[in-house]
Amino acid sequence: MASRQFATFEVAGQLFGVEVHTVQEVLSYNEYTPVPLAPPAVGGLFNLRGQVIAAVDLRVQLGMARKALQGPVMNVILRGDGEPVSLLVDKIGEVVDLDDERFEPPPDTLSGPTRELVVGTFKLDGRLMLALDVNQAVDTYRATT
Amino acid sequence: MEDLGEIVGEFLLESHENLDQIDRDLVSLEQEPDSRDLISRIFRAIHTIKGTSGFLAFSRLEKLAHGGESLLSRLRDGVQPVTPATITVLLAMIDGVRSILSSIEENGSENDVDIDSILAQVHAQMNAGEAAAEAAAPAAAPAEDAAPAGETPVPLDEVPAAARPAPEPVEEQRKPIGEILVETGGAAPQDVGSALAQQLEGDERKLGTILLEEGKAKPAAVNEALSQQAPKRSIADSAIRVDVDLLDTLLNMVGELVLARNQLVRGVMETGDATLVRSAQRLGMITSELQEGIMKTRMQPIEHIWSKLPRVIRDLSNSLGKKVELVMQGKETELDRSLLEAVKDPLTHLVRNAVDHGIEEPERRIASGKDPEGTLTLRAYHEGGHVAVEVADDGAGLNVDRIAQKAVENGLLRADQIPNMDKRDIMAMVFQPGFSTAAKVTNVSGRGVGMDVVKTNIENIGGAVSVDSTPGEGTVWRLTIPLTLAIIQALTVDCGEQRYVVPQVAVLELVFIDGNSTKIEYASGAPVYRLRGKLLPLVRLDRALGLEVGGDQGVYIMVLQADGRRFGLIVDRVLNTEEVVVKALNSRFKDIGLYAGATILGDGKVGLILDVSSLARRSHLAADADRKSLEGSSRANAVSGTGERLLVTAVGDRRVAIPLDTVTRLEEFPRDRIEHAGSREVVQYRGQILPLVRLSHLLGAYGEEPEGDTVSVVVYSEAGRSVALVVDRIVDIAENSTTARRDAEEDGLVGTAVIQQRVTELLDVRRAILAADPNFYTDLENDEMLVEA
Repeated sequence: MASRQFATFEVAGQLFGVEVHTVQEVLSYNEYTPVPLAPPAVGGLFNLRGQVIAAVDLRVQLGMARKALQGPVMNVILRGDGEPVSLLVDKIGEVVDLDDERFEPPPDTLSGPTRELVVGTFKLDGRLMLALDVNQAVDTYRATT
Repeated sequence: MEDLGEIVGEFLLESHENLDQIDRDLVSLEQEPDSRDLISRIFRAIHTIKGTSGFLAFSRLEKLAHGGESLLSRLRDGVQPVTPATITVLLAMIDGVRSILSSIEENGSENDVDIDSILAQVHAQMNAGEAAAEAAAPAAAPAEDAAPAGETPVPLDEVPAAARPAPEPVEEQRKPIGEILVETGGAAPQDVGSALAQQLEGDERKLGTILLEEGKAKPAAVNEALSQQAPKRSIADSAIRVDVDLLDTLLNMVGELVLARNQLVRGVMETGDATLVRSAQRLGMITSELQEGIMKTRMQPIEHIWSKLPRVIRDLSNSLGKKVELVMQGKETELDRSLLEAVKDPLTHLVRNAVDHGIEEPERRIASGKDPEGTLTLRAYHEGGHVAVEVADDGAGLNVDRIAQKAVENGLLRADQIPNMDKRDIMAMVFQPGFSTAAKVTNVSGRGVGMDVVKTNIENIGGAVSVDSTPGEGTVWRLTIPLTLAIIQALTVDCGEQRYVVPQVAVLELVFIDGNSTKIEYASGAPVYRLRGKLLPLVRLDRALGLEVGGDQGVYIMVLQADGRRFGLIVDRVLNTEEVVVKALNSRFKDIGLYAGATILGDGKVGLILDVSSLARRSHLAADADRKSLEGSSRANAVSGTGERLLVTAVGDRRVAIPLDTVTRLEEFPRDRIEHAGSREVVQYRGQILPLVRLSHLLGAYGEEPEGDTVSVVVYSEAGRSVALVVDRIVDIAENSTTARRDAEEDGLVGTAVIQQRVTELLDVRRAILAADPNFYTDLENDEMLVEA
């Protein structure tokens, strides 16, 4: 039975996951530099050991209102295509090993921006985890075009 | 095989360098066909390639080089003369060698390169020379085993100090100065002999000195002999090859070090400990020096990219039947390697353009009383922290009237703008995309692509392009290039809550606005400042960034220059200058266009580096507004004044403009966030319920609903209340034009105007707001009657 490892995190009470190999690291960061005129999903820029990283607000990507960036916010830093990109999330969960048999396509009732970001649903004990399409999740022009 | 790979790599690298030198030498040889020195140098370089390729078993390459060598040896031995045709064949042979080398580089084999046709040409040349040769010197057969370099006397006047001697198969020894002097005829053998005898007898003077003091040799001859003696040793022994990646890594690390130093210095200054401060200053100095040193390792003389140009010019001018002499000045001027790469193509384009369009045909030149041979001058020099590179021709010059006419035809300018425009501004139109005045399209230029690409490429590296021209006398294209990309001097400024970085090269001066002795004035809506009596158009950084617009007092104006335009940038505070390391900005922000990059500030936060030329383009609009406001002042003010900036939006297939002053924010809302309150559409926005009005409904423009999951809205706020106007698309921000304006015939509009060559409707903002929220003004009416509408 094929199984995959997922790094999980929460946004607005919902559990999401991305495959572990797409994640570079997870860290919390305080200060973000806003980028005026950037797409609304861009939370800001921050300095990761001398590298300038763009943080994408997953809330906005999911069609929710943006939360003010005050105090530390958790970043899931994805390797991305050549340049790392960070996803701003509410809370980091654990890394889980999941069999493919727990997988189902997204439910038909799921609609809106979330539907486009989600590739499927994993049935965990007691709760559901939505597996994110990493490329879609960091595409900040998706919502505006 | 590993070792062989390394040897081949070394061979490729070395050969490419040699080939470039051969190219240059061949072109010079055409100018001075009698220079035996040049022939020998070319011969030696080819011989080296032949030898190594034989050793590495690249038989086709060896065969080709051998062919070239045979022809060259005939030239060297005077069996046949140097003619332009010979040079052309030799250049073709060099190109053949190049393509074999790149084939080896790409797939490790030389097999798919055709050498037979080139060899046939080479043989044809040799046979052509045969007839003449047989009569003149029947005995001289092509000497195929190359004479060792040492045997070829090298005339002294042919050795420029900067030129790299071709690598030679024989070991390079320092030649005794006496030998050189005898060879060059600078001194007689018996004089040298007696001088040497004197030295043996205990005379401690140097040989050259003895000869000079006894009047046996001329000072010039001795000097030349010495200079010939010196470089041969130094270049071979004192230079090493370093991997560029290693240098890049070092540069990055130094960049980090500069940042760390900035942070440290700031922290230490706060402690006020004198010893620590001294150490920090010392560290600062060392860091700066280290940085400078590392920078230098990446510097290369501009000659590296110029060296390919003689060949380009020769081929092009031959094919066009023109005569062009190339003059190079300042070829030792150094630039960062990555910048050199970036400048190469634009420069080549300018040179080709100058030969093609700048310099006239010989007949036309004679007719206008000029030397039939045109002159193309490449000039490079340092100028205020920049390197200027000029491409100057002595051709016919740019035809300003024709450019103006073309600009009007292409809709880039209006006919009535022309008389007021500066000649140089009109000439600068050639950098606009799609602009070409060439009467005929040649395969070289005239397609209307190119100059705009030159401009874009140069601006991408933080440089600038300009052109100046005098009719009948020629044209000068000028590239201004920063010395390096990676570290820049910058001013940090505050705007709103955030800190931004402005490259210092663009900053001319700073002005503090106290609101009394210095103040911002408005030319019908466009902010200006009187700088020593002249009006300086202003750009509000907060407005340009779409932030909340602050006040006019206690702010700073940074007088900036970009694209040859001067304008003032209004910021809240100017903090300090520091060296910042430019980091590339994530590609997703490139489209915004306002940022040239990002950097890590002294406090560890990320700061955005502003793109001054992009801001200048906004200022350009404001500058036009000044002129237009004069034209418009006599007209009845149908709307709230002329010359204001307008937000142009698309509603159905119509263009609707909204005065930018009335716009608070532009937003995108997901379509599914639109909710209903009664019959109205509303959306939750920053803790408020924001009423929406669809301009398409208001204006009766029932087109198809645009696709997509979001709607574009223009938010208007006043006294804590907001409404949102839904448009299909935000098109642009434009300057209000006073031409062809008509008053309104339709409800919801105050008039129509021509903006950017398109009929655009001007929105009655007040009515639109009332349609969204009938009570919007009721609370305000009492104390404020005049709302912009």
